[in-house]
Amino acid sequence: MKYLKVLVADDESGMRRGVRKVLGKFNLRLENTDEEIGFETVEAADGRETMKILKSQPVDLLLLDYKMPELSGLEILERIKAEKKDVMTIMITAYASLDVAVSATKNGAFDFLAKPFTPEELKRVVEKASRSLIAHREAKRLAEEKRKVRFQFLSVLAHELKAPLSVLESYLQIMKNRTAGNELSDYDHIIERSLIRIDGMRKLIFDLLDLTRIESGEKKRKLENIDLVEIARTSIETLSELARGRGIDITLHAPQKLTMVADRSEIEIILNNLISNAVKYNKDNGKVDVVIESDEGKAVIKVSDTGIGLTEEEQSRLFGEFVRIQNEQTRHIMGSGLGLSIVKKIAQLYNGNVGVRSQKGAGSTFFVYLPFKKEERKNESR
Amino acid sequence: MMADNKKILIADDDIDMLEQLKMQLQGWGFEVIEAESQEEAERKLERLKPDLAIYDLMMENRDSGFVLSYKTKKKYPDVPVIIVTAVTGETGLKFDAGTEEMRRWIKAEAILDKDIRFEQLKREIDRLLGEDR
Repeated sequence: MKYLKVLVADDESGMRRGVRKVLGKFNLRLENTDEEIGFETVEAADGRETMKILKSQPVDLLLLDYKMPELSGLEILERIKAEKKDVMTIMITAYASLDVAVSATKNGAFDFLAKPFTPEELKRVVEKASRSLIAHREAKRLAEEKRKVRFQFLSVLAHELKAPLSVLESYLQIMKNRTAGNELSDYDHIIERSLIRIDGMRKLIFDLLDLTRIESGEKKRKLENIDLVEIARTSIETLSELARGRGIDITLHAPQKLTMVADRSEIEIILNNLISNAVKYNKDNGKVDVVIESDEGKAVIKVSDTGIGLTEEEQSRLFGEFVRIQNEQTRHIMGSGLGLSIVKKIAQLYNGNVGVRSQKGAGSTFFVYLPFKKEERKNESR
Repeated sequence: MMADNKKILIADDDIDMLEQLKMQLQGWGFEVIEAESQEEAERKLERLKPDLAIYDLMMENRDSGFVLSYKTKKKYPDVPVIIVTAVTGETGLKFDAGTEEMRRWIKAEAILDKDIRFEQLKREIDRLLGEDR
């Protein structure tokens, strides 16, 4: 159980005792987190004491009497506002006058209680304030978290873009200084490597564009009837040269046609990413199997390779942004580290999901499930 | 040639950074031993003593350069170490081997930004190898 601290500031001791008794027995259940909230009360008999407590300890809710010796409720409200304290104030007034209500709300009070009030009225107001406070804090926490994730993303991105630039710059310097000799052919290797790095950088920028379009929702999605099998065929064809170069066979296992309502470019991104990974992370003369099928209301895309495989720890991190599995075998393979996180994001647009089964050293199978829309039936033809 | 026979161990997990550093060092007449990871550098250190070592800070671990530097010094206290890093410009984290106190825990003679020019690196190497030119 979590406790919220309530400061009862009132010069009538009977009032303070009454509130403490009621709130001491009052619990609140938060439905969405299934959490129980209890209340712990502290008391102040005048305005000065109220400020002292507010300064010395964190207080969540303040039940503040409007008329108190030393410092009035309104003065305290002003100070809380000036010091930007994270406390929710409920004003207690002897007579519910509109004037007091207006000036208190202007100064940041959340709600009112008019004396005399019943235990039920007290609980109702405290409950409302507590829920609002908790929701507010949760929203703040999420915003902060989002800010952090964004900062992290940007700093990694900056690093990933800077690295190839430094590489190119140094290679050019080496050429400029004729460090390796006077013949152009002395620099063939450098030129080859520079082109590879430029390629990698372009891929990163394109992946980044895909990602921001998906995330911002700005890209106009064109949902239409598309044939998954046809897209898979095209994708395999595009990548077959890369595969042939290393003796890798790509085989498609699919019906004649499997249609679903989807955005063509999104499905292309999924298939291109999965199949090119299966080639890149394969062993020479390995195999890639692409399966397209429908299963209980969803389209299934499965891409298996006979490559280097992943440990369980690697599998758990794999779908994050800029995650690249670094080891002896992957060091020479270029990649942006964004591909699989994009695949996952797209699958989520279709209320689908992604996954991987893998064995280190033996190979991996990546699968994507994309549920059909309810009105779609009978998508497959043989 | 002044740099004759001096052996430099270099470690970087970016094969291009490794390649160009090697070319440049060879161009200056050094003998170069390469390592593509912290682990490979550690293995090479077991077998030979370089005259100087240049380590990338972040390889398979975020502090690979520091760890390598520490291990180098433990085995060969007189081998100077240079750490190159891209970290400073990107995160605002600043390491500086300019003070005695920092050198005590970092264990490297110099920490250089990855963007430095080869000439600056050359000056640093000459200083640490005691060549005056």
